[in-house]
Amino acid sequence: MPSPRYHREIPARYRLEARRCSDCETVIYPPRKVCPSCRGQDMETVHLSREAEVVTSTVIHVPPDDFLNEAPYAMAVVETPEGARLMTQVVDCDPSQVGPGMKVDLEFRLIRKEGKSGILCYGHKGVPSTR
Amino acid sequence: MREVAIIGVGMTRFGEIWDMSLRDLVVEAGLGALTDAGTDTVDSIYVGSMSSGQFVGQEHLAPLMADHLGMVGVPATRVESACASGGLALRQAFMEVASGMSDLVLAAGVEKMNDGADVTAVLATASDQEEEVYYGVTFPGLYAMIARAHEQAHGTTEEDLSWVSVKAHRNGAKNPKAHFRREFGLEDIMSSSMVAEPLRLLHCSPVTDGAAAVLLCPLERAREFSGQPVKIVGSGLATGALSLASRPDPAFLDAVELSGARAYEMAGMGPEDVDVAEVHDCFAIAEICCVEALGFVERGKGKDAARDGITDLGGSTPVNLSGGLKSKGHPVGATGVAQAVTIVEQLRGGAGELQVEGARTGLAQNMGGSGASSVVHIFQGV
Amino acid sequence: MPGIVGYGAFIPRNRITSEEIARQWGKDPETIKRGLLLEEKSVPGLDEDTITISVAAGRAALARAGIDPLKVGALYIGSESHPYAVKPSGTVVLEALGLGPEIHVADFEFACKAGTEAMSVALAMVESGRADYAMGIGADTSQGAPNDALEFSASAGGAAYVFGETDLVAEVLETYSYTSDTPDFWRREGEFYPRHGGRFTGEPAYFQHVLSCTRAILDRSGYEPGDFKHAVLHMPNGKFPLSAGKKLGFTREQLETGWIVNTMGNTYSGSSPTGLAAILDIAEPDDLILITSFGSGAGSDAFILRATELLPERQARAPSVRSMLDGPRKYVTYGQYAKLREKIIVND
Repeated sequence: MPSPRYHREIPARYRLEARRCSDCETVIYPPRKVCPSCRGQDMETVHLSREAEVVTSTVIHVPPDDFLNEAPYAMAVVETPEGARLMTQVVDCDPSQVGPGMKVDLEFRLIRKEGKSGILCYGHKGVPSTR
Repeated sequence: MREVAIIGVGMTRFGEIWDMSLRDLVVEAGLGALTDAGTDTVDSIYVGSMSSGQFVGQEHLAPLMADHLGMVGVPATRVESACASGGLALRQAFMEVASGMSDLVLAAGVEKMNDGADVTAVLATASDQEEEVYYGVTFPGLYAMIARAHEQAHGTTEEDLSWVSVKAHRNGAKNPKAHFRREFGLEDIMSSSMVAEPLRLLHCSPVTDGAAAVLLCPLERAREFSGQPVKIVGSGLATGALSLASRPDPAFLDAVELSGARAYEMAGMGPEDVDVAEVHDCFAIAEICCVEALGFVERGKGKDAARDGITDLGGSTPVNLSGGLKSKGHPVGATGVAQAVTIVEQLRGGAGELQVEGARTGLAQNMGGSGASSVVHIFQGV
Repeated sequence: MPGIVGYGAFIPRNRITSEEIARQWGKDPETIKRGLLLEEKSVPGLDEDTITISVAAGRAALARAGIDPLKVGALYIGSESHPYAVKPSGTVVLEALGLGPEIHVADFEFACKAGTEAMSVALAMVESGRADYAMGIGADTSQGAPNDALEFSASAGGAAYVFGETDLVAEVLETYSYTSDTPDFWRREGEFYPRHGGRFTGEPAYFQHVLSCTRAILDRSGYEPGDFKHAVLHMPNGKFPLSAGKKLGFTREQLETGWIVNTMGNTYSGSSPTGLAAILDIAEPDDLILITSFGSGAGSDAFILRATELLPERQARAPSVRSMLDGPRKYVTYGQYAKLREKIIVND
């Protein structure tokens, strides 16, 4: 992945930086210029809580090349208390345990390596919550 | 707007076609449509392809197609909407004729997927690169999540999914151009290897090469040409949120419903008027969601449609008698145009063993990504 | 007097038992366990490294410190398994913790002592007045060569410390360092596994530096072993720290809380810092605490600390080391371990 493309996403991926639309209060993650709910453009910066609930999920058995040795792994759409939804892996558990309603904590993890000599790409993954 | 007819269709076989390149495929399909129509001139060309650049390193398909059809100088346009590129090419051609801008417009779709590219990575570019692909989800993974959400909401089981594949192969076995021409039993489907839970290998459409083309003209001129004309009476296009996490309900394809509603409105019809349909079954769950979103069955009842014969030959709305994407194959950019070819053949009465008796109105629905774009066309026999 | 404002630790959730490793190489598990006093060790996932562990420990330390992250003026990370050879772990960690950009960052390396190095220098930044707060982290995901003694102990984990002048959970009363060139354990540039000098790693290396350093800090501070509630020494295996502790005059009871190596393994730069975190998790106000690290090459850093009244209230703000050691975890087979530790040769 080209470094500039990676660098731009750091606030959203490393700190779960999001936006809240000042007109309709919708929390938008990752940040956008135009609110998908009301098309407003007046935003303030917020950060998502590092906890979420699984909305839907699957277990990937045939992975992309960069994730070859991690398969099978669970992937899920999760929702934070702020109402933001994101796509993430759920790890540190048996993938078959992952399902709608499962509570997860969001932990900072290595998402992918660009081969042997490219950059390391980080982000968040879900782990079973202790809540 | 003028009324528009299809007066020629052409299609290569679909499969792993090692001895034909992308340009070979698109030329064969184009020539097929021209020959069927009995003409060798066109006013304009539209060609749809999802990712010719990433599959074979070739962009700029518009002049390539005109050039290799021997028509240098003719205006040509490449369109892209992931797996809905073909349907989009058809729509653009329809609009150019309907508006009066051109008379004879060729709409083609092509994809050459088997030349050694990393197919998984290329297909993933139809989803959200930054929000989905970055984290390791695959295309089947997205549809698998849709299937799980559908199970959560409506109780759709793996067996329900498998009946869709059984139907697809039973019909595709009778389609001489299909990628797979063999039947599979329920047990075969349910014991195939797991791709992304709950989707197994035989719930997923294959990696296919192929091309298809149709020639359009104003209805008032249709009799000048040799192919039996079929009218396009409705066209609808809609977008949905690109990433699954941004959709209000992962179990419902809102872009499909919206594109269908727009096409029905233009045609002045409803789902009950459709005698035969081709929908975008890139994965078995997609057919289930599409027949619901298009109104062929009630929301939540899609899971029973294949097993109960509602969407089979003899049922109230036969769907994917060509074998669908599953059995006929899915050269992604070509699919939308190939669906139109199938419907035209049905409405001309030329579908042989797979003919729906007395079919007068047909529908083709073509979708991109995990449902972020959908285009629907409604056709009527003349 | 400056000291610790917040502390935190993180240990990955996978484990492999000494038995499983012994069985792989045809060794007798009981002999290994008796000789090394190691039951099991932590194993990082493919998605865990020094950076991710530092972020988790750092988040816990900031939660306990309760300070504005933008006031952290320096961040140092010590490891012998930094993910990049060139590009600091510290820059990724600072962004994830919400620190900077007005911050001084450096990575440290000194085998297993890089963690206490980072802590020493962070403390010095506060002492000198150049930073209001400074953070030192020790974390590692070190490799043990297959069929080598170190394969039983090399594990993954780390701890983070925020130093400041006010609202301390523990005062730093004294520091001391003792260093010489002693080539007991090393890894050349480009090599995948480290090498070591066998028994040379014991007396002339570990014991020489740990004992000298600790005796010297006791001497300078005027404290006796009996004055301390807790002591933690670097833990390359289960035996060495108990033996050194005994030689220094500490009782088993004093060493017990910090002696977590038997189920954690040797987290290298995280070793004694994580042991210290385990102590801080249960320490009471006024407890006197000693930590002496050891890094091959070789050297030791020692700190004498005293817990304050503010410690008990801050303990519960983040997970305890014990909860990570005893909590939900997954045991892997040797094959899974080899895959996770990338010891299997794969195609490009």
